[in-house]
Amino acid sequence: MKKVLVISLLAVFGGYLLKVLFQIDFGHQFFTNGVKDLYLVASPEKLKVANVVTAIVVNFRGFDTLGEVTVLFLATTAMASILYKGRHQLGERAVLFSGSSIVTTGSKLLFPAIILLGVYVFIHGHLTPGGGFQGGVIVATGFLLMLMAYKDYSVSHIVLSVVESLAGITFASLGLVGLINGGSFLNDFMGNGTLNALFSGGLIPIIYITVGFKVGAELTGLIYTALNEKD
Amino acid sequence: MDFRLFDLKIVEYSFFITSVVVILIGLYGALVKRSLIKVVIGLSVFDSGVNLLLISVGYLTSGTAPIYSPGLLKGMPLTLENIKKLSEGMVDPVPQALVLTAIVIGFGVTAVALSLVIRLYRHHKTLNIDEIKNLKW
Repeated sequence: MKKVLVISLLAVFGGYLLKVLFQIDFGHQFFTNGVKDLYLVASPEKLKVANVVTAIVVNFRGFDTLGEVTVLFLATTAMASILYKGRHQLGERAVLFSGSSIVTTGSKLLFPAIILLGVYVFIHGHLTPGGGFQGGVIVATGFLLMLMAYKDYSVSHIVLSVVESLAGITFASLGLVGLINGGSFLNDFMGNGTLNALFSGGLIPIIYITVGFKVGAELTGLIYTALNEKD
Repeated sequence: MDFRLFDLKIVEYSFFITSVVVILIGLYGALVKRSLIKVVIGLSVFDSGVNLLLISVGYLTSGTAPIYSPGLLKGMPLTLENIKKLSEGMVDPVPQALVLTAIVIGFGVTAVALSLVIRLYRHHKTLNIDEIKNLKW
């Protein structure tokens, strides 16, 4: 009975949604016409940033990105406090067995390569697809691999929180320097360089590197908290 | 430069249809399933569907990624006219930037929801929401 009710409700909802969506001229019409053109022209011309999405996320909407990083921090903190356990009653690792020697050796070989890929992705965030969030997630997957392969591999919560806090403080203080220097938060006080050079775009690569470190540390801590959850 | 193979609406709009179907599957899972893990999975699928819908709204037929890479510039000087000409053929970057935010928020929601599920399981030793009746009045 409930299933029939839900399915009919969803059918009505989906029908109306598709009816609205079919009125869009797919692939030809834009909702954000003026904003889009402004961003697409200003990004290579004024900021000298090749990747327009990065320019929007870090420069035009940089304050929003600070809030986004705060949301990630809040999620990590909430998860750690919901799953809190005293030091004496810390459960065993959920993965109770060590991997076979092929898995452990292979993951030891792969781990530096994964970290290198993650660092590459967040350093080149303004030139190629990718950026701080994506690179941080790749770094965290490297740690996830090590935590799954080795039974007694552990990361220090203190080091993680120090890295995370330093990255967050760097982001906020760079924004404040811009506020004091130029009158608006995250105002660029460095030269812009040339398009498609590694050192270009002013503050954008620096901010994306701090975001990469912050996201990597946060996700690693989150994985570690969830993995040690065993009664 | 029109790459449209068929002039059928169903092919053109398959992005929208797929994302609406994904949204409906996620909502169905969140509304009907009794296991809390499945409810969280349903919310996550719903999130993916919304992201897909947002991205496909910014789609441009035979458009390129909004990146001024050296291969796209082909050595032409960086004048305002050239930039405007190149930006005509680029997809909308604004939904992509919004979806980047939405993915992070969705990840945070999923993490907190899963930790609440773990906490509930620790207390009640079950994941079935029919058996967790402490708050029913």
